[in-house]
Amino acid sequence: MNLSIENLSFGYGARTVLHEVSFTAQTGELLAILGPNGVGKTTLFKCILGLTRRYTGTIRADDGDLAALSPRERAHRVAAIPQAHPLSFRYRVFDMVLMGTSHTLSPLAVPGERERAAARAAMARVHIEHLGDRPFDQLSGGEQQLVFIARALAQEAKLLLMDEPTSSLDYGNRLLVLQVARDLARSGYTVLLSTHDPQHALWFADRALALKEGRVLALGAPEAVVTSDLLSQLYGRRIDLVPTPQGTVLVPKEGD
Amino acid sequence: MVSEKKARRALLWLGLGLLVLFLISFSLGRYGVPPVQVVKILFTRFVELFAGRGALSRTWTEQMETVVVNIRLPRILMACMVGCSLAAAGTAFQGVFHNPMASPDILGASSGAAFGAALAILLGASSRTITLSAFGFGLVTVGLVMLVARRAPGARLINLILAGIMLSSLFNAGTSYIKLVADPSNQLPQITYWLMGSLSGTRLPDIPLAFLPMAVGLLPLFLLRWQLNLLSLGESEARSLGVNTNRVRLILLLSATLITAASVSFSGMIGWVGLVVPHLCRKLAGSDHRYLMPASFLCGAAFLLLVDDVSRNLLAVEIPIGILTALMGAPFFLYLITRKEEKL
Repeated sequence: MNLSIENLSFGYGARTVLHEVSFTAQTGELLAILGPNGVGKTTLFKCILGLTRRYTGTIRADDGDLAALSPRERAHRVAAIPQAHPLSFRYRVFDMVLMGTSHTLSPLAVPGERERAAARAAMARVHIEHLGDRPFDQLSGGEQQLVFIARALAQEAKLLLMDEPTSSLDYGNRLLVLQVARDLARSGYTVLLSTHDPQHALWFADRALALKEGRVLALGAPEAVVTSDLLSQLYGRRIDLVPTPQGTVLVPKEGD
Repeated sequence: MVSEKKARRALLWLGLGLLVLFLISFSLGRYGVPPVQVVKILFTRFVELFAGRGALSRTWTEQMETVVVNIRLPRILMACMVGCSLAAAGTAFQGVFHNPMASPDILGASSGAAFGAALAILLGASSRTITLSAFGFGLVTVGLVMLVARRAPGARLINLILAGIMLSSLFNAGTSYIKLVADPSNQLPQITYWLMGSLSGTRLPDIPLAFLPMAVGLLPLFLLRWQLNLLSLGESEARSLGVNTNRVRLILLLSATLITAASVSFSGMIGWVGLVVPHLCRKLAGSDHRYLMPASFLCGAAFLLLVDDVSRNLLAVEIPIGILTALMGAPFFLYLITRKEEKL
């Protein structure tokens, strides 16, 4: 699915959160979104998900305006993968994934065999079939993240929004989740992934988008976007880029 | 963790338990009727609904039939209906507010109903008018809460809870004032007794009157039980999964309010059922509302029927059921929440 955003602006009263943001994301692409806290990454995702209507500009998916859609129609196109978070009630992992299929059902129906099959297939795709009967709240952060990914796959939407999916994970799980995200992009999903770590963009993204104070600062290939200059603008820290045969590595500069 | 198989089995046992308790309850009381006779009387009456009176021969006294059909049947049915409604409303409110501490009076339905009943008693109304007034005030209170929450800026769910607390407090103050000015020789005891909750006044004609609003409210709660799972994940997650959250939440809140107001107006204030039964059912049938909601229906009915049996049989003088639900509910709840290995 191709996502195209034009002149997206959003503000609370006098405070502007997003200012005329425009970019596109193509089918099969992993687009990393970089920027410090409070720069509008989460707001951008909220606009795409239709959780707020107070934006100006257009958000189109394959030429259709997302703002014109009902929550159900939107769920058919866009899936959100939230950060790991506590739940009020204890649900089974399988039921969590099954909830992804809800938009295909009448609101008065409960999932049937077709939906169960879709949930099982989604779990198999990220290799968590064995977790089906476990309580969701007892999983590790990395496993919970994989469950959310499986739920998004069961949703069968082709645009995946991952809002800092790695922020609460340990190093190994971060890499795992990022690899899964890249594999999904390779298999035809469009993935938007916001991250705090510019190194992630260099390692896994096809393109990177840098946001500062609600504006697009840079957009392009990760190597072109993640530069020493841009990092100091974004984070106020001086960072060296060390080229290695396996790719560029970020190293904080001494004395900072 | 409760598997689906275990959840189904729990539903089956709850259903069987309710059926047995239902039949036993007819035999409990000062005028003893053997269980076999109870089944025969009920069966005969049921057949006669279609075949006309006298279709089957009788092997019991007229008095037995009067006790079973005119005195115990309405009360037993009402206990089941009220218990079912309060437990279902509690489950719905807890899911909608994704808060396991929510109970049916969270939006002020009970406080409003109490005020309505007290006002009607003060004005010397008949028992039917007292019920109607309680029902009306219960609905109006929740309507006001929803209007206030809609006008306030910020998160809708928090606003609903705050508005509920505020209006409950207002109506409680109103009820207190009515108690102050009520005639202490007859009105005040009547108000106090009503507030403690009792099913002793139930008559057969009350049953269809209570059944109608309860059925209208319970049906959407049952049908929307899968949506309740999604809503309990929180507003933004439910929406991104395709739920029209505003509409589904409104339907659930209105349905839960309807059955709460109907229950309170026929039975008075009966606390704890709506809080304890959903928690007990989560232990038995899991948190998945596909099973939790029907389990709450059955378990709520059985729980209140059991408490009502105790209330009319424990002592020579009947104990108001509201006192008993608190007396049994509170320690039981404490036991549930202090059990270590399980999370609510």
